[in-house]
Amino acid sequence: MTYFFQNVVNALQWGSFYALIALGYSMVYSILMLFNFAHGDIFMVGAYIGFGVATLLVAMSAGGAIVLPGWLILILTILISMFLTALLGMFVERVGYRPLRDAPRASAAITGLMIGIILETGNLWLLGARRVSFPSLIQTVTYDVGGVILTNKKIMIVLVALAFMLALHLFVRHSKWGMAMRAMAFDYVVVPLMGVSINTIARMTFAIGSALAAVAGILFSIAYPVLDPYMGIVFGWKAFVAAILGGRGSIMGAALAGFLLGFIEIFVAMAFPSTLRDLIAYSIIMVILVFRPHGFFGEPYSAKLRL
Amino acid sequence: MMLEIDNLRVSYGGIRALHGLSLRIDAGEIVCVLGANGAGKSTTLRAISRLVPVEKGGTMRFVGRDLLGYSPDKVVSQLGISHVPEGRRLFGNLTVKENLRFAAFARKDGGGIARDTERVFTIFPRLQERAGQKAGTLSGGEQQMLAIGRAFVSARKLMLLDEPSMGLAPLLMMSVFAALQEINRAEGTAILLVEQNARLALHFAARGYVLENGHIVLEGSSQALLHDERVKKAYLGG
Ligand SMILES: Nc1ncnc2c1ncn2[C@@H]1O[C@H](COP(=O)(O)OP(=O)(O)OP(=O)(O)O)[C@@H](O)[C@H]1O
Ligand SMILES: [Mg+2]
Repeated sequence: MTYFFQNVVNALQWGSFYALIALGYSMVYSILMLFNFAHGDIFMVGAYIGFGVATLLVAMSAGGAIVLPGWLILILTILISMFLTALLGMFVERVGYRPLRDAPRASAAITGLMIGIILETGNLWLLGARRVSFPSLIQTVTYDVGGVILTNKKIMIVLVALAFMLALHLFVRHSKWGMAMRAMAFDYVVVPLMGVSINTIARMTFAIGSALAAVAGILFSIAYPVLDPYMGIVFGWKAFVAAILGGRGSIMGAALAGFLLGFIEIFVAMAFPSTLRDLIAYSIIMVILVFRPHGFFGEPYSAKLRL
Repeated sequence: MMLEIDNLRVSYGGIRALHGLSLRIDAGEIVCVLGANGAGKSTTLRAISRLVPVEKGGTMRFVGRDLLGYSPDKVVSQLGISHVPEGRRLFGNLTVKENLRFAAFARKDGGGIARDTERVFTIFPRLQERAGQKAGTLSGGEQQMLAIGRAFVSARKLMLLDEPSMGLAPLLMMSVFAALQEINRAEGTAILLVEQNARLALHFAARGYVLENGHIVLEGSSQALLHDERVKKAYLGG
């Protein structure tokens, strides 16, 4: 039983990563009908930006210029990295996707893959083929709750991820910009007729998705501090699966599917040899999709694609 | 002259839909464009809203400005031209209120937005009753009211209306047109109306154009068009 709960804790942590990344996929897909296949690599770059910012702040602190406690460095790292990664997302939208707005969807998909490769090799070129390790900002504290081992980091990761998901949910439900995203997801052709630029909304959506990917990158680096330039690929694919599973345009769906993915992976690994983990986990997901082809909360895209 | 269009040509994938169309609208005027299916009526409105590319040689000026220098969203937010598209195209996943709020997205004049929204609710009390309802679940008539209200809130120097009578019962149709007349009278909004229902359009508009296969074949005052033999034969059922 304690073994079971131990796995629940681990699944929640992995689910947090998947869910945060899936949100970016899901938002872009819902407003532009395209998958940003560079998104996994934006997660990777977010982690590296976090690494750079944290390392710099730690060095400044150690040099005695300004002495900051670890938790404050962590908060600053998250905020600064979100901002910088959002800029990267806006740049990717501007140069990678906007020129292809009316091109076939396949061209946009290839562009995403290309941008991903550029980000990976750009990273290799900048930092060389070595793995870097994320500085330890907070001391690990371990709690034993009836045999289940919890750490302050795991708890923090899950809570921070949930807080960002809730914030995004409220933003999309209640803010003017969130309303614009919902309108655009329903019928993007009509958006300019309301005096609103599609580009503005697309840019903002990329910014938010990328900022959340940066949060995921930093949270991941706290749990697994060794970074490498290809870490975004597998995460990107899995988050993509979660976004599909959640259903088009559903924040809640993408988040739930991210956690579900975490649970399936962890619990399959509990019962089967770990080499079979992905095979079995993703077969389960395929079966789910057969019964719910539009995902948990998705609806088929109804509006016509032109006026 | 509010809107001046000359030699407007538009093609879809190499097939020309408008062959050098010229059209004028004065400030505060109601003008209609009649024509059969596929004549190019919607294309004309799409060209004014900058949703389709216009071929070289054509000009479109709105209150002295070159329309071709504006992107579709700026045509609405900076020039003040709104467009009720064919088939209404409401945001069915948003409530009535949200549809109106989104239409005001680009506006900065909070007081003006509140006033215009209030105005929409005065003209169409049904919409106020249904303010919290998802637009996708409204009846056809209510949807048309919301489509007009939404356009009114987004911009109201000139409104482009693409077949607002479509799918409405006669009584409702009359009340929608009465509302449009009221908007035109009270706000000075010019209206360019595209209609297949020629009789209705000619009673509502002061002037009209007849479009056939992308060519303007006739134009004149509504009175003149109502008594024109060709119009009678082709569009008024004898
Ligand atoms: N997106 C498009 N791609 C290709 N051809 C188009 C497109 N839109 C319109 N057309 C063609 O252009 C011509 C004019 O179309 P338009 O929609 O302007 O007609 P309309 O007068 O509004 O007709 P209706 O009364 O049926 O709405 C038609 O021959 C139509 O088939
Ligand atoms: Mg039409």
